[in-house]
Amino acid sequence: MHMKKLLAAACTTAVATLATGAHAQISGDTVKIGVLTDMSGTYSDVAGPGAVLATQMAIEDFIAEAKPAFKVEMVSADHQNKADIASNKAREWFEREGVDTATELVTTSTALAVMKIAKEMNRVALMSGPASTPITNEQCNDVTVHYTYDTYALANGTARAVTQQGGKNWFFLTADYAFGQALEKDSSAVVVANGGKVLGSVRHPFPASDFSSFLLQAQASGAQIIGLANAGADTTNAIRQAAEFGITPKQQLAGLLMFISDVHSLGLKNAQTMYLTTGFYWDFDDDTRAWSKRFFEKHKRMPTMVQAGQYSSVLHYLRAVNAIGSDEASKVMAQMKSTPINDFFAKNGRIREDGRMVHDMYLAQVKTPEESKYPWDYYHIRATIPAEEAFQPLSESRCPLIKN
Amino acid sequence: MEIFGVPSALFGSQLLIGLINGSFYAILSLGLAIIFGLLNIINFAHGAQYMMGAFFAWIALTKFGINYWVALLLAPVLVGAVGVVLERTMLRRLYKLDHLYGLLLTFGLALIFEGVFRDQFGVSGQSYPVPEQLQGGVNLGFMFMPIYRGWVVVAALAVCFGTWFMIEKTKLGAYLRAGTENPQIVQALGINVPLLITFTYGYGVALAAFAGVLAAPIYQVSPLMGSNLIIVVFAVVVIGGMGSIMGSIVTGLGLGLVEGLTRVFYPEASAVVVFFIMVIVLLVRPAGLFGRAT
Repeated sequence: MHMKKLLAAACTTAVATLATGAHAQISGDTVKIGVLTDMSGTYSDVAGPGAVLATQMAIEDFIAEAKPAFKVEMVSADHQNKADIASNKAREWFEREGVDTATELVTTSTALAVMKIAKEMNRVALMSGPASTPITNEQCNDVTVHYTYDTYALANGTARAVTQQGGKNWFFLTADYAFGQALEKDSSAVVVANGGKVLGSVRHPFPASDFSSFLLQAQASGAQIIGLANAGADTTNAIRQAAEFGITPKQQLAGLLMFISDVHSLGLKNAQTMYLTTGFYWDFDDDTRAWSKRFFEKHKRMPTMVQAGQYSSVLHYLRAVNAIGSDEASKVMAQMKSTPINDFFAKNGRIREDGRMVHDMYLAQVKTPEESKYPWDYYHIRATIPAEEAFQPLSESRCPLIKN
Repeated sequence: MEIFGVPSALFGSQLLIGLINGSFYAILSLGLAIIFGLLNIINFAHGAQYMMGAFFAWIALTKFGINYWVALLLAPVLVGAVGVVLERTMLRRLYKLDHLYGLLLTFGLALIFEGVFRDQFGVSGQSYPVPEQLQGGVNLGFMFMPIYRGWVVVAALAVCFGTWFMIEKTKLGAYLRAGTENPQIVQALGINVPLLITFTYGYGVALAAFAGVLAAPIYQVSPLMGSNLIIVVFAVVVIGGMGSIMGSIVTGLGLGLVEGLTRVFYPEASAVVVFFIMVIVLLVRPAGLFGRAT
C-alpha cells in the first residue's frame, strides 16, 4: 500500500512537472464530459436538465479561467432511471465516442451499473445524484467519486442534530422497501446514540398516496418528531397531509431526504418548520448566491444540491486534467484526490481513498411563509455539520480499497 | 378503552379515514362501471382523466384565477368533452371487437396524456390550496377532522347516488339500459343510440375529472397521481361486479373501510388487501358481489 501510494505520488509529480507543453497526453486533444441523468422521470427536477446546465456552466467557467490548450466538449443522455439503458449508453460513449468521464448518474441502480463499466474501460465516474452508500462501500472502485451526499450523511445529519436539539422522541414513517428501511435503521441508531428514543414506526407501501392513517398513528404515539424515511411524492404528500390534520406544527416532521425542489413544489405553508439535511443551499453566502443567480437566470429555478454538486465535480475534474496534462483515469483520480476542493459548493472538501468526497453538510429548517422575504428564501441554516462528522468514517468502511 | 389492542380513538379515526378514501374509490369505480356496463369498454385512461381533472383545476386557479367551486363544474365538463372527442373518433370503432382492443387503446391514451403533462409540468407535483370556506377542521373528540375531507365524503356520495338514481330510476336511464341491451330495437323506436353512448362515455370521464378536482387540495397534483390509483379502482370494480352501478358504490366505500383498518393492524399489507379480497371474491362469486352471472 505504502509503496503503491509513493509510486502514485511520484508519478503524479513527474507528470505534473512535465505537464507544460505535454498536451499530447490528452486523447484527441479533447476532454469529453458525458452527463447521464434522468431527463424526464421522477428525478428530473432534482437532476435532469438542470444538471446538464450546471455542466455547461462548469465547462465555460473552466475555459475562461484556465484557457486550456485542449478542447472541452459535453454530451448528455436520458438514462430513464434504468440500469440497462445507462450501461449501454456509457459503453457506447467510452468505446466509440471518446468520452472521458460519465457524470451525474442519479438513481443508485444506474450508478452501480456505470461505475463497473468505467472501471473496466479505465474512465472516471463522477456521481452527484445517487444516494446509496454501497457506491463507496461494497461496490467501491478507484475510478469513482461519490460527490454530493449519501444516505449515511442524510440519516446522520438530520437525526443527530434534531435529537441533540431536544427532539428526543421519534416515530418513523417509512417507505416499505430497501431504501426506506435502511434510512430508518441508520436514523434510529443515531437517535438512540444521542440519547433519544424511538417510540415506534409504521411501514407504508411504496408508493402510497394517502398517508392520513399512518400519520394518525404517528400522532397517537405522542412523539415529538416524525421522521419521514421516504422520498419524492411520498414525502411531499405526507407533509401536506400532516398539515391538513393539524399534526404540524404541534409535532415536528424531519424529512430524511428532501431537496429544495420538493420544498418549492410543496410551498412554505405546507413545509414550514421542517428539518432536513442538505449539501448545498443557494442562499448560504455570497459565493453560493452569485453562482445560483447565474444558474437561475438560465433555468428559472434555483439549483438543487445535486445540480450544484454536479458543477463543482466537473470543474474539479477539469482542473485536475489541466494540472497534469492528461486524461488517463488513474492519473486524474490521483490528482483529484490530492487536491482539496475549494469553491462555492465545498470548503476544503476532499476525496477519500474510497471515493467519498467529504465536505460540510448543513442542517436546515424550512422557514414559515412570514419569515420568507423573497422568492426561494426557504431555509434557515441551523447548523453546519463538519465533514468529519457528516459522512461515514473510514474505520466503518466496507470498501475493499480500504481494507488492504 | 381499546378495541383489539388499538385505542378506540385511533380505531374510530381510522374508520372515518377509510370512509373518506372509500368515497374516492366509489366515485372512480362508478365511472368505470358505467362505461363498462353500457359500452363494454375497459377504460384504462380513467386514471389519466382523473389526473387531468386535478390539473385543469390547478391551471384554472393559477393561470386564470378561477376558484375551486367553478373548477368543480368546469373541469369535469372540459375533460368530459375530451372524452366525447375520443369516443367519436376512436373508441367507436372498437365496440364490435374484443374487450382487449379497447383496453389497449385507452392504456395507450393514458400513457400519452401522462407523458404530455409530465413534459409540461415536471414530476414534483403542484400544490392546490384548500378553498377558504373549507379550511380548518373540527375536533371530534377522537380525532381532528379536516373540514375539507368531510366535504369530500358529502360531495362524492351525493354525486354517486345522483348517478345511480339517474340510471336506475329515470326515463333517460331506462333508454340507456335499453340501448345497451338491444340497440337495434331502441333505435327503431326513434332514439338516437350512438348519441346516448357518446354521452355515457363523456359522463363517465367527467366523473373521473370530478374526483380529480376533489383530490387536488389533498394530494400533490402530479402527472403520475392517476396511475397510482387506477389499479386499485379496477380491483374495486371487479369485486363489485363489472358494470354494476350500486355494486361499485357500495364496494368502493366498503373497501375503503377495510383498507383503513388494515393500515392499523398490519400496515405493510394495506396495499394488497384489496387484491386479496378480489381473489377470494372471484373464487366464490366469479361475477362479483353484485354482478349477475351471464
